[in-house]
Amino acid sequence: MTEFEPIIGLEVHAELQTRSKMFCGCAVVDSVSATANTRVCEICTGMPGTLPVINRRAVEFAIRVALALHCEIAETSIFARKNYFYPDLPKGFQISQYELPLAVNGWMMITTNGEEKRIAIRRVHLEEDTGKLTHRQTNSLIDYNRSGVPLLEIVSEPDLRSIDEVRAYAIALRSLLRFLEVSSADMEKGVIRFEANISVRPQGAEILGTRTEIKNLNSLRAMAQAISYEIDRQSRLLANGQEVRQETLGWDEGLKVTVPQRGKEEAHDYRYFPEPDLPPLHLERSWIEEIRAKLPELARAKRQRYVDELKLNPYTADVLTNEKDIADYFEATVAAAPDLPAQQIGHWIGGPLFSLLNDAGIKIRETLISVEQLSELIGLVELGKISNSSAKAVLTEMFASGAGASQIIEAQGLEILADSAIIDGHIEKVLVEFPDQVQQYLLGKEPIFEWLFGQVMRATSGRSDPQRLRQALARQLRALDKRQPPA
Amino acid sequence: MDLTAEEVRKIAFLARLHLTDEEIETYARQLSAILEYAAQLQEVDTANIPPTATVLPLTAPLREDTIRPSLPQDEILANASSSEEGMFQVAPVLEQEP
Ligand SMILES: [Zn+2]
Repeated sequence: MTEFEPIIGLEVHAELQTRSKMFCGCAVVDSVSATANTRVCEICTGMPGTLPVINRRAVEFAIRVALALHCEIAETSIFARKNYFYPDLPKGFQISQYELPLAVNGWMMITTNGEEKRIAIRRVHLEEDTGKLTHRQTNSLIDYNRSGVPLLEIVSEPDLRSIDEVRAYAIALRSLLRFLEVSSADMEKGVIRFEANISVRPQGAEILGTRTEIKNLNSLRAMAQAISYEIDRQSRLLANGQEVRQETLGWDEGLKVTVPQRGKEEAHDYRYFPEPDLPPLHLERSWIEEIRAKLPELARAKRQRYVDELKLNPYTADVLTNEKDIADYFEATVAAAPDLPAQQIGHWIGGPLFSLLNDAGIKIRETLISVEQLSELIGLVELGKISNSSAKAVLTEMFASGAGASQIIEAQGLEILADSAIIDGHIEKVLVEFPDQVQQYLLGKEPIFEWLFGQVMRATSGRSDPQRLRQALARQLRALDKRQPPA
Repeated sequence: MDLTAEEVRKIAFLARLHLTDEEIETYARQLSAILEYAAQLQEVDTANIPPTATVLPLTAPLREDTIRPSLPQDEILANASSSEEGMFQVAPVLEQEP
């Protein structure tokens, strides 16, 4: 069978986290928890006599994203009216951008299986979100709280060639939006939504096949499943000598199939025209440069810096930069404890703390452990006051109770045993308890040493200073050896 | 530039207008006349004129991102022909086709 290559482009919609809506002063609220239709006014419902006014911060956020995506920003862009009748918009049209969008021609790097690839961005534009519909058997209910919330649309070129690349792109874009602090990019709440256009062509072919569009992909998993289904479906059609129909599809989560969509999505005659209520948007170069100067460091740059300057290993650097909150926590700890090696801090956050967070299913924002408490613990390990394994137990306790490290160490007697007399006592006991093993060691079975070491360590609940214990154990075994009668 | 009955039907559908066959005939004639009148603009030579979105010498003013009171829920719902659970209620959104 012919091998087919998928050609995929993504269109991403992200709600911007401004305080007020795109064109009016209604508050932007969580559309899941807020009381329906309490953040709605004459402007966002398009009542006669009202006029929209552009939210300055929404424009600033859009510029931030456009700059981070290396786009050319239009000094003059225009808003357009996208006309359609569907109850999710009370006005009968959506204010969007069509010709002359805010920004064009950008790119973003993605990494898949250790390989870097540059994905071209076609355009970035501003528009307003629609209301939320709840479909029922006998009626449909509408909440207009979300109607008019600033929405950023980011359209990629069809540069993606696999599900892995799609996933990497989606995750990189989500990370970018979060690091730029312009959107919570929360998929579960529908703050960020995906649409994919897909075509396939025989491997090595130059021309593009007929493409289909899948709308409303609300999770990474649904997106991966839907695209992979669609690639298979199109490949099968072509392999059987049939044609792919250009159409808009939806993803049926239950049946796991793509299905043709009609209604609003199929009413493709949007009759765009320049929005008569909004003059062109003019951006001062100086404002754009001001925003550029204040752009925060993004995930990729951070990861590079952690490896180059802070000497973290690439794996830890990855874990720490996957989420902005974790990177922030790491940097706050480094700042709070300038004397501690950053690698150790990275290790403790990216390793043990990260596991605790995952197991508990909570975000780092919610942890009870303050950066000061964490640096205290790492400091105690560095000073040799507690062993590594004790420190992990202490961290788990800190995580559960929010208590400080010293307090827990004292309460649980976890402080490292550095008193040679006590360690010697424990060694003696172990040597008496396991005469056979001692005998084997003395007869030349070297690995038994580690086993005996483990026994003593266990006898002291892991608190022995390993260095001291090793020396003392070797000393006592040598002494025994001397008492052996010559063979 | 004569619009066919089919085209008028599509335009009517996009505007959610239900037209009778006679009305379609009437509007086909009237819309065609309007288009013909507007088509005179096509005769203007625009080769050296940049596309223009507006003729007004204006720049969109920007407003600060501050919250202003919204309308009370009952006031906004007063615009609904019917409502339920604080939401606008409409007939089940059917998948209409032209
Ligand atoms: Zn409003």
